[in-house]
Amino acid sequence: MAIIEIKNLTYTYPGATKPSINDVSLKVEKGEFVLITGPSGCGKTTLCRCFNGLVPHFYQGELKGEISVAGLETLKHHTHEMARHVGLVFQNPENQLFALSIEKDVAFGLENLGVSQAEMRQKVDWALHQTGIYDIRERSPHEISGGQQQRVAIASVLAMQPEVIVLDEPTSFLDPLSAEKIFEVIYELNRKQGITVILVEHRLDLTAKYTDHLIVMDEGKIFFEGDPRDILNSEQTRLIGVGIPKATLLYQMLKKDGLNLNKTTPLASEELADQLLEALKKW
Amino acid sequence: MVITAEDVHFSYPNNVEALKGVSLQIKDGEFVAIMGQNGAGKSTLVKHFNGLLKPSQGSVRVDGVETSKTSVAALARNVGFVFQNPDHQLFSETVEDEIAFALKNFGFEQEVIEKRITWALNLLSLTQYRKTSPFLLSGGERKRVALASVLAWDPQMLILDEPTIGQDHEQKEKLRQFIVQMQTQKKTVVTVTHDVEFVAECNPRVVLMKEGKIVADGPGKIILTNQQLLTESSIVLPQIAQIFTKLTSLGLPKDIIDIYEAKQAILQTKESKRR
Amino acid sequence: MSVFEGLRFRKVYSPIHSLDPRIKFIYVIVIFVIAIIFWQVIPLLILFFMQLPFVLLARVQKQWLRSLRGAAFLATFIFLLNILATYISSGFVLLAFDFERAFALTLRFVVLVESFSVFFLTTSPDHLGLALEETRVPYEFAFAFTTAVRFVPVLAEEAQTIMDAQKARGLELEKGSLLKRIRNYVPVLIPLIVSAIRRSLELAEAMESRAWGATKKRTNLYSLRLHRGDFALIAIIIGIIIVAAYVYIYFFASIPAITQFLQL
Repeated sequence: MAIIEIKNLTYTYPGATKPSINDVSLKVEKGEFVLITGPSGCGKTTLCRCFNGLVPHFYQGELKGEISVAGLETLKHHTHEMARHVGLVFQNPENQLFALSIEKDVAFGLENLGVSQAEMRQKVDWALHQTGIYDIRERSPHEISGGQQQRVAIASVLAMQPEVIVLDEPTSFLDPLSAEKIFEVIYELNRKQGITVILVEHRLDLTAKYTDHLIVMDEGKIFFEGDPRDILNSEQTRLIGVGIPKATLLYQMLKKDGLNLNKTTPLASEELADQLLEALKKW
Repeated sequence: MVITAEDVHFSYPNNVEALKGVSLQIKDGEFVAIMGQNGAGKSTLVKHFNGLLKPSQGSVRVDGVETSKTSVAALARNVGFVFQNPDHQLFSETVEDEIAFALKNFGFEQEVIEKRITWALNLLSLTQYRKTSPFLLSGGERKRVALASVLAWDPQMLILDEPTIGQDHEQKEKLRQFIVQMQTQKKTVVTVTHDVEFVAECNPRVVLMKEGKIVADGPGKIILTNQQLLTESSIVLPQIAQIFTKLTSLGLPKDIIDIYEAKQAILQTKESKRR
Repeated sequence: MSVFEGLRFRKVYSPIHSLDPRIKFIYVIVIFVIAIIFWQVIPLLILFFMQLPFVLLARVQKQWLRSLRGAAFLATFIFLLNILATYISSGFVLLAFDFERAFALTLRFVVLVESFSVFFLTTSPDHLGLALEETRVPYEFAFAFTTAVRFVPVLAEEAQTIMDAQKARGLELEKGSLLKRIRNYVPVLIPLIVSAIRRSLELAEAMESRAWGATKKRTNLYSLRLHRGDFALIAIIIGIIIVAAYVYIYFFASIPAITQFLQL
């Protein structure tokens, strides 16, 4: 059964003339790792806000079509009900942490849900371990790096044990190394805990390898959906202004120049390096 | 416009020593990327170039003039500084007024101001937003307004603090082209960034900082392919360099960060093997 | 990393810091009330010196001295005003005892400042926030308090960045007449306000996403439990109250003044 089902969704922010999401239909299966990309202003962030009902409950505006997540129609369920099922992680780590210690922040959602202290302690510790920040749990948010702050943000939604975690450009304020560590944490959660992940990201070079369900958006619409190896290999994707991984680009260029390479389009540097090693041996 | 930093030390009021003896010279028309981890002292260093910070020890000279003896306003006339977050500077009712702000501060005449506004708007394709409130624009557009408001007074040197943060692929590409354009006009560009891919595409001179010191200084091609050096500074190799470090066994050169050079090198190796 | 580092709170561990803030607060109130009841120099001096062990145990001598220095101006003012008032009302005669009474009143003020500063110097904001949550203050209030503590340094740092950004565009804050100088701050204030509004929206969004308002019966990760130190402090408080009450009832009138000793 699909965990997320969207049918002909169109949404316009209050006061806006153009819809930010325009007739989007989408199905996500349980346990998938979905990657959404597209240029700034393409509607990615708005779509994220639909998953837990921030749109339309928090933002108001006009929503048409159907959307259900974890079996709940977000139109009928308030964001705080959705929070148990869908965790949202935002772009700016600084504005997601409001407590004076890390573990208190991680507990925030559970406190709101009225979970008992013993159960809360157990879930908080679990979330801290999963994200690798258990050792710094008593520090204040000022004392940790941006990458660690973002892990706290992930742990704080993870503690509520949602079926789906949605991350809206979680690494755009981070350096590539911290970003990579965040992606590893997310990938682990997907693989080991079976949590469905929806990741919105510009950096396809770091993330394309994790997914087999890529979505490319532009102007509020889904333009491409499917296997990243097919999508990133097509010429049209480049026209939308998506940052194709360098490995994929180089692969295309070499093929055009008549180099005989493996049929599988590489998404990451290691993949292309392996292919080249293999091909060059034959020459 | 020559910037000379000699043995610069700087401590914040809480006694955190952010710079521990930095010496550096940036010449006219150079394009320099200052890289390093958070807290390495990158931002602290560039804030010395327009006098926002003054060295606690050592000296910074801009065209021979000590920054400690000059005001920020006087230095800023030649050294433009674009901050990371445009929302930290936009305050006017219209984009036009926003650009005029600095020009008025520097005492330009009204006619010149008009001309400069038109010029800057055109340069960053913002002409259609001249009378729009900057707060109504998108993030990428706000970033361009901030840039235009600095470019308008035509400083000889431009400092860009993390210009690629939160920018998509297309916006980064536009920024790169813009920097190239600045280069043809012999302007000095200094950027603070941890975006290795962006730096690899621009291939500037790279100054690598760590814990308040410069640990490497040289062409991007050399520094961004030195795996050990980068790992020590917690920086990942650019994608192309990642591929090529794995291919050294095939006799391919290691110092490649540009995709076209990469293609050439691979094709050449193939040819030479054929023969 | 900046000038505003001082605003950031840090966790400090000491026997006094780990005391329950509620008990500490009761202690402060008791000292406060006793300092108001007694107007003689000797009991006030005793109250003054009684705080010293707390300050030393908590290792906050430096900060404590700083807060006393901060109160010095007002204390001098209170002293002089009292002397002046007595001088005028008594027909321009001043006795040694008048000085003593003015000194006692000043000392009372110092004791008040001192005890409150000990409380705030030894109570970390998160502890205080927790105490607020536990004492049935509406949660919104406690949340507002901790969020303020969390974001004041962030905003202060942001203000510095904005000032730098505008100075880099040729703004000279200290230039011109008074009116001009006030107007110079407009380019700083507007971005600061806009960014604070943006930030609060993002915060609200994150709170909503973490089940804010899901139930009225909110629980808490921590609960304040009384430890040995807290019971010791409770015992001390009770002791102080008994002694003070005893002295007040039986000896209040016979508490000697310092000037009496001197005349002996």
